[in-house]
Amino acid sequence: MKDFFCGEVNKSPRIAKLISDLYAELPVIEADRAEIVTRVYKETEGETIVERRGKVFQAICEELPIIIRPGELIVGSNAQAPRGCQVFPEYSFAWLEEEFDTVATRTADPFYISEDTKKRLHEAYKYWPGKTTSELATSLMAPETLMAIKHNIFTTGNYFYNGIGHFTVNYGKVLEIGFDGIRAEAQEALSKCKVSDADYAQRSTFLRAVITCCKAAVTYANRYAKLALSEAEKCQDPERKKELLVIASNCAHVPAKPARNFYEACQSFWFVQMLIQTESSGHSISPGRFDQYMYLYFKKDFEAGNITREFAQELLDCIWVKFNDLNKVRDAVSAEGFAGYSLFQNLIVGGQDKEGLDASNDLSSMCLEAAMHVRLPAPSLSIRVWNGSPQKLLMKAAEVTRTGIGLPAYYNDEVIIPALLSRGISLEDARNYSIIGCVEPQAPGKTDGWHDAAFFNMCRPLEMVFSNGYEDGDRVGLQTGELSEFQDFESFYNAYKKQMNYFIGLLVNSDNSIDVAHAERCPLPFQSSMVEDCIGRGLPMQRGGAVYNFTGPQGFGIANMTDALYAIKTLVFEQKKYTLQEFSEAMDDNFGQGIPKGKAASLTVEVAKQLSAAGRTVGEKEIASILREIQNQSVAPDKKAKYEQMLKDILSLPKYGNDNDEIDMFARDVAYTYTKPMEQYRNPRGGMYQAGLYPVSANVPLGAQTGATPDGRLAETPIADGVGPAAGRDTLGPTATVNSVAKLDHGIASNGTLFNQKFHPSALSGVEGLQKFVALIRAYFDQKGMHMQFNVVSREMLLDAQAHPEQYKNLVVRVAGYSALFTTLSKSLQDDIINRTTQGF
Amino acid sequence: MENYLQTSGRIFDIQKYSIHDGPGIRTIVFLKGCAFRCRWCCNPESQNYAVERMVRGGEEKLYGEDVTVEEVMREVMKDWPHFRRSGGGLTLSGGETLLQPDFASALLFAAHREGINTAIESTGFAKFSTIKNKILPYLDLFLMDIKHMDSAKHREFTTQPNDLVLENARKIAQTGQNLIIRVPVVPTFNATTAEIRAIAEFAASLPGVTRLHLLPYHRLGQDKYAGLNRPYLLEQILPPSTEQMEELKAEAEKTGLLVQIGG
Repeated sequence: MKDFFCGEVNKSPRIAKLISDLYAELPVIEADRAEIVTRVYKETEGETIVERRGKVFQAICEELPIIIRPGELIVGSNAQAPRGCQVFPEYSFAWLEEEFDTVATRTADPFYISEDTKKRLHEAYKYWPGKTTSELATSLMAPETLMAIKHNIFTTGNYFYNGIGHFTVNYGKVLEIGFDGIRAEAQEALSKCKVSDADYAQRSTFLRAVITCCKAAVTYANRYAKLALSEAEKCQDPERKKELLVIASNCAHVPAKPARNFYEACQSFWFVQMLIQTESSGHSISPGRFDQYMYLYFKKDFEAGNITREFAQELLDCIWVKFNDLNKVRDAVSAEGFAGYSLFQNLIVGGQDKEGLDASNDLSSMCLEAAMHVRLPAPSLSIRVWNGSPQKLLMKAAEVTRTGIGLPAYYNDEVIIPALLSRGISLEDARNYSIIGCVEPQAPGKTDGWHDAAFFNMCRPLEMVFSNGYEDGDRVGLQTGELSEFQDFESFYNAYKKQMNYFIGLLVNSDNSIDVAHAERCPLPFQSSMVEDCIGRGLPMQRGGAVYNFTGPQGFGIANMTDALYAIKTLVFEQKKYTLQEFSEAMDDNFGQGIPKGKAASLTVEVAKQLSAAGRTVGEKEIASILREIQNQSVAPDKKAKYEQMLKDILSLPKYGNDNDEIDMFARDVAYTYTKPMEQYRNPRGGMYQAGLYPVSANVPLGAQTGATPDGRLAETPIADGVGPAAGRDTLGPTATVNSVAKLDHGIASNGTLFNQKFHPSALSGVEGLQKFVALIRAYFDQKGMHMQFNVVSREMLLDAQAHPEQYKNLVVRVAGYSALFTTLSKSLQDDIINRTTQGF
Repeated sequence: MENYLQTSGRIFDIQKYSIHDGPGIRTIVFLKGCAFRCRWCCNPESQNYAVERMVRGGEEKLYGEDVTVEEVMREVMKDWPHFRRSGGGLTLSGGETLLQPDFASALLFAAHREGINTAIESTGFAKFSTIKNKILPYLDLFLMDIKHMDSAKHREFTTQPNDLVLENARKIAQTGQNLIIRVPVVPTFNATTAEIRAIAEFAASLPGVTRLHLLPYHRLGQDKYAGLNRPYLLEQILPPSTEQMEELKAEAEKTGLLVQIGG
């Protein structure tokens, strides 16, 4: 195995300053992009949509205000304010207008918005009703789909409200040939189009849009070159003046032309990364195998003595800070599901190369070093692990994990590569995989994977079995029969599977409707210019231009459904201790543990409506008293005692997560109820559906919309995160948990599985602690686990951080497929993280 | 060893992912019954051989279960992937492992047959011939407790004199067995530099012994005494401070041993 540098590198004092500037204030919403895009749309009505999108991007590059922040070495910001964001009315806008007055004060991801910005956005928004992707998507969905969404069986809100994102472009190509080179390719393809070709119109308009975008990106960089030059002229500090002149020279050369050195490669990379995120609001724009495509430039400079390791590290650290400068405002509900201002820019190091050899190099280690230097949530740093991974790189990764920032996440080549092969990806491309967003594997630069296409709450179809398909008077699911009709567990479980299949079909209808809406209304020529084979096919990604096309919706709730169905199986059908009706009643009464907040509120509304319909006046005072009355309603003592016994009986059953074969193999089967049906469906881009098993952080808000479940989970409490056991139910330590989780079929969940573990720092102390930690990961991966990530913080520290957030501004924790600053998370999500079992002593 | 899988014994717990008691990731099997009654013992339910009731978290549970080697090994080997990657394996603890010598022997034998590392945590309180014939042939690491050099004080705090312990320590060391000496550091009992130094001197005099573990007293077992309806005699004692432990470590290191705090 070839050797590489894996040591420490000094941190430049510049980095701390850049970070403190970045986090000085609440992030701000800006109106510039919305105004530009609105104006260009007005000017170009009647032209093809793909050319209009090209012109939109061109205008953004020409007009979006630019700024060089103090001390930066890598430049390019899409907002004036640090961590500021632009908005994207072409996808959706109504929610923001509705939330103008609450967005600064909400618990999850607040943003400041000025009165002036509100006015400007309000003006721009007048143009958009009826023209957005979200409105078109809604109009395309079947009524039963809309009903399922209304009842929160699943949510496709991510792509409904925003751009798609979730891809990795071919960064290496931009570094190698520049946008001038890509433009030349497009031009050549255009010159080969014959006017008599059947697809001439489509192909030529797309290629012209690509050419427009390539020129626009160069224009944008040139504006920075000029700005840097003029700032250099004014600059009194000779050191900074020098730096600004180098920045000017870099921006004049890249990304138009091939990068000539490592610094230019860094700058070129950054322009690509940030510009993609001005074209569309899609998140999870993932840099992928950064240590691979950047290495060439580093190696050449370093070996020639043109750059010191310290300066190369400083440039990496600067990029790491910049990742955190990008931001996006989401609607209040989505913000809960993606909490932590996260953009999920996943950057991965290590693993095999296209030929199956280990690909680790100096930059793999220096990327880990950068994460330790900046200690910020972005980028979502990942590491590929395989049987031949060098131990020293894993030990270094474990050291990063020990800092408690929740990074990196560990991925198993030995499962992911075969999983991708099974989806028709070539061996070379599969070996070259990288991760998108949270945990989704794909072939970089060639894939439009729609990797985060939905969250599907596996608990809700079970509720539909209990209610025979009805909820609040609406017919939502299938009528699978009255509870009294189920004579054995088999028929009950079949009813659950039928409900699952039905809703999975509706989820597909929802995603495909959104897919068509994006193709019709928001093709994106800039990102398409960097993804194979859009130029060759003459199609944007939104119409199937990429080599590989997928739709990957996520299911979650395996642990709860396993424990729940197992409880029904044993307590109702085997031991006959309780009937299904008794379970149903207990769940309705929340096992006698009080009426949860959400239900109390909706009951109050119901009663208030009835009263006012009956002609009574219902004011604030009356509503408060109704609510109090509802909250004070208590379950009769005999019932309460019965429920308590019931909870005890449920609790005493084996639970998923304790290395008990019987229930763990049952969990495997429960996961199949989601992953297997998914494989039969196709999307409009010619690709297939592939399931993922993870909730991002949606297990908290979607849990709040779910009643009590037969596993004893109380109403409106979080659902288990990822593929791990339900919080607190794994009691035999991490090896048992790991063994249980590895018993699921991860390979079939080729859109990714997510396994959170929380460790106390003492479990990783000393070299031996790190070695044992690495061994645990390797042992999980030997058993075909796919992904693993860790929070290394003490419970006491998290509780203290909740009490004194001001002292823990830098406390980064792992949320789901990403890390976030703990204090920026909502209270309920904080509680969820605290309550995940802490492993170690 | 014939029929070793059917050999049975009495245990009160199996603990996985032990990372402080021997190399790698280990599973500890706790054997029930002890000849000592150490006042600081954090597992008082380990002391009686009889199955007994203890209240934990408001619920009464039975402690003590008779199991065969086959049953224990089925549970232990579930973590084989972790042993393989970490070089870990099985640790027998107690109670005093050596009070069930045939069971302990069969467990260690079975573990070696599976190719995993073996260790015991013990005071060595048994006839040396038993240790030599039944334990050492299948043992990779002996973690041996030595609590005090003064036999009277030893007896006062543990109910047993230390003669047999010290004698066996020397004999075990002479066989070339990989041996680490462990000292529970308990204020009012042995937490002075002189007392620790004396133990360290003894340990250093044992042939082949290079390592000493100082295990600071902790109170995690205190509520178990209430659960067993037994008095806790160390009510007034606080765990040693980090500074105190560092001082004792420095003192012990003067003997030339490699000393660590904790396992």
